[in-house]
Amino acid sequence: MTERFHDIALTVNGEPVHERVDARRTLVDFLREDLALTGSHVGCEHGVCGACTVLLDGAIVRGCLTLAVQCDGARVETIEGVADSGAIADLRAAFEARNALQCGFCTPGMLLTAQALLAHGGVPSREEIRAHLSGNYCRCTGYHAIVDAVEAVARGRAGRRK
Amino acid sequence: MKIADDVPSSLSALDRPNSYIGRSVPRPNLARLTEGRAQYVSDVTLPRMAHVAFVRSPYAHARIKAIDTAAAKKAPGVIAVVTGAELAQVITPWVGVLTHLKGIKSAPQHAIAVERACWQGEAVCAVAARTRAEAEDACEVVAVDYEELTPVTDPETALDPATPVIHASLGDNLTFERKHEAGEVDKAFAEADAVVATTFRFGRHTGVTNEPRAIVADWNPGEARLTVYQGTQAPHMMQNLFAKHLGLEEHQVRVLTKDVGGSFGIKVHTYADEMATVALAKLLKRPLKFVADRIESFVTDIHARDHRIHGKIAVKRDGTITAFEIDDLTGIGPYSVYPRTSGIEANQVVNLVGGPYKCPNYRARARVVFQNKNVMCQYRAVGHPIATSVTENLVEMAAAAIGVDAVEIRRRNLFPDDAYPCASAAGLKFEKLSHHASLDKITTMMDYAALRAEQARLRTQGIYCGIGFASFIEVTNPSAAFYGVGGARISSQDGATVRLDATGAIFVASGVTEQGQGAEAVIAQCVASAFGVPLDKVRVITGDTDNVPYGGGTWASRAAGIGGEAAWQAGKALRQNVLAVAGSILQADAKALDIRNGAVVDADTGRERLGLDEVARIAYFRPDTLPPGFQAELMATRHYVPRAWPFAFTNGIQASWLEVDIDTGFIRLLKHWCVEDCGTVINPQLVDEQVRGGVVQGIGAALFEHCVYDARGQLLNGNMADYLVPMAGEMPDIEVGHVVSPTADSELGAKGAGEAGTAGAPGCVVNAVNDALRPLGAKTITEIPLTPDVVLSALGRI
Repeated sequence: MTERFHDIALTVNGEPVHERVDARRTLVDFLREDLALTGSHVGCEHGVCGACTVLLDGAIVRGCLTLAVQCDGARVETIEGVADSGAIADLRAAFEARNALQCGFCTPGMLLTAQALLAHGGVPSREEIRAHLSGNYCRCTGYHAIVDAVEAVARGRAGRRK
Repeated sequence: MKIADDVPSSLSALDRPNSYIGRSVPRPNLARLTEGRAQYVSDVTLPRMAHVAFVRSPYAHARIKAIDTAAAKKAPGVIAVVTGAELAQVITPWVGVLTHLKGIKSAPQHAIAVERACWQGEAVCAVAARTRAEAEDACEVVAVDYEELTPVTDPETALDPATPVIHASLGDNLTFERKHEAGEVDKAFAEADAVVATTFRFGRHTGVTNEPRAIVADWNPGEARLTVYQGTQAPHMMQNLFAKHLGLEEHQVRVLTKDVGGSFGIKVHTYADEMATVALAKLLKRPLKFVADRIESFVTDIHARDHRIHGKIAVKRDGTITAFEIDDLTGIGPYSVYPRTSGIEANQVVNLVGGPYKCPNYRARARVVFQNKNVMCQYRAVGHPIATSVTENLVEMAAAAIGVDAVEIRRRNLFPDDAYPCASAAGLKFEKLSHHASLDKITTMMDYAALRAEQARLRTQGIYCGIGFASFIEVTNPSAAFYGVGGARISSQDGATVRLDATGAIFVASGVTEQGQGAEAVIAQCVASAFGVPLDKVRVITGDTDNVPYGGGTWASRAAGIGGEAAWQAGKALRQNVLAVAGSILQADAKALDIRNGAVVDADTGRERLGLDEVARIAYFRPDTLPPGFQAELMATRHYVPRAWPFAFTNGIQASWLEVDIDTGFIRLLKHWCVEDCGTVINPQLVDEQVRGGVVQGIGAALFEHCVYDARGQLLNGNMADYLVPMAGEMPDIEVGHVVSPTADSELGAKGAGEAGTAGAPGCVVNAVNDALRPLGAKTITEIPLTPDVVLSALGRI
């Protein structure tokens, strides 16, 4: 493995992508700079703030701690794909109605992380919601509104399942 | 989900049909952000754009003997390697002083250090390359020969004769000193029944905006124009500074501010690396981008709050507070930050201590000193958290000393609600505050008596919970008294231009900026209400010095109170203009008409007469059908600046309910309350969320956040793994209530709300912890961040 550049093939938001990437290229830089998917954000580049959260084969990962070469053959989804598909339409609507975002920089990562919790089903307690979101830094809201929004969506989805 | 009621509130003094004032309407720009379609400066790319990275000093203080750039210039992708001396040919240095801070001094600061680096992290060389990675690679091979100099790091010894003077030309390390004396302080202390004296320590911390500072500068020689995309709070201020230091006219500079990933006062200052990026763009004649990485942010974003304060309070047995005295010492780094200066925070501390109380005797001294650490300057709630902590901790310590309840001592000493207008011992003028109504409201919201009973019950089980309060005042809606009178070209006035488009919709251009706080929503609400259209017909434009009225931007909680009033007045003016056209078309008296819900109506009956689209159609496409000599004016501009009062003071109170684990020193925040009086509430939800976000920022300061330096001036925890910020798991639910005392200085009556949360939270959390530990005989804690270490030390366990 002395090659610096590698060919990778993956799907991003359902579209096939073939690119040659520098071995040191992180997934989030690959998405933002090579594919112009700027919805995933770079906040700390050391895995703490969660602004770069994306889905890799359905699981949430840090785009800054994942290398693009690791994603060869993988399925990557970003906020752009998830928003376009309508998969989180209710969650987005709740965030907007509750003003659960101010500057919005953490929001794509926050939405994807919240969706991962909501995918378990049920109505998590506020403490469970807070614990699950604890890897996503928001400087603006104080989190209360975010917890409200996620809780409301959990209730709404549980109601629809009945 | 608790969404504030979207109904016109009885709070609105602005009696217009279909008013949006007082309603929690959602912000118009949110869907874009939840779709990942925001445009932050870090997202901007331009043709031929290159990237800048900086070589930064590893020393807190060092002479730069030589810089060898030969290897870097040959590195892959490199376009230019530029030293401070070379860049100084393009951009002039600056000095961060203002004339109204008497005696403040500072030294010239360069965009890139020339000859000497004065803090760890100061840029000493820049590399421009095709990619950021290549620029960083090349930085690795720039060889800088440093001679380490003795760093000045401890403010306590900064003024000692034995301590080296950082800037020899200034004579000493004193940046600024202010003294204030009111009443008979010595007499009050001599006659007091109890005096409490202690020393407070406030840790240095910083803003940690989620999006780091970011700038893209584009010099177009063909047009002789500089276009700067910048995540800033004050585009017109930056336009002036870029022009001034690059030798351009202001009209040659356009500053564009799109989405900004958090500001909080971090993005309202002049940063050397951003000035260097703009200068390099001019030098290289191509667009250049600089985005601080997180490590750079920690050593270059302004820090704040590094204060040591000796504080003293005098109290009578009946609970009357008779004197406050403080001696503040703060270290602000090697330069006073340009253009707002680094003297303002200490000045605010002197202004604000004791501010909620009618106590007439007050003595204060504040000294601001230079040191070889990153610069300090104004960050959210400038000075307020320090002053509020000192005041409120002293008040609760005095209450404990004479055996009076924490609520009761406030009742006896807060300015009565019918005392206004009045002035504090520091000389602050208050138009109308509501300390007692706020105190009553918060004790009701939290059910104070029941909570005290619960606290007593838990103590019998060995669970130590505490209740703490912090009353506060907050500087908002600043007039020219804040900066303008000191010679800074920072606008205190703001403007709004409102235009009827050809289909009856409204465009508003405002001089304030959107940092996520909801300024654009507030501006839209003001215009929609004043003019008379549904909110979805209003589009707001901000953050473009070519296209918005000249204004100050967003800082000191001015956007709603000042920008909102300008928008309100502009909406009213355009309504009169449009009604003149409608009257002309309808051959009716314009005074008998109104605009409601997007249509021209009879003012007395509300009967619809003409759609706005029809007014616009005739005015724009068939003006020939209007009477001879009649000219439709479908654009109106209004400006506003507070004149009657230097600042619109707001007030409020916070309360904290928390549990201290006396074995581990861990603190669990159980609940937090805030009652805020920001005058007319334009959008209750946005105000509540400003308060909540601010509270958590204050809690971060109280419990976690600390830029830890060693004695050599090295920042030891400059990353997000070691510098702790509040995350969702540790934060409590926060209940917000309001009292409404509008300012009569504007028609809207709105004051600011952005500082309140941050102002009160630290003092209130510290009071709650001390309240929890008091029965254990713990030493009173007067230091933040209040870490488990501090708790266990107070308990004598370590």
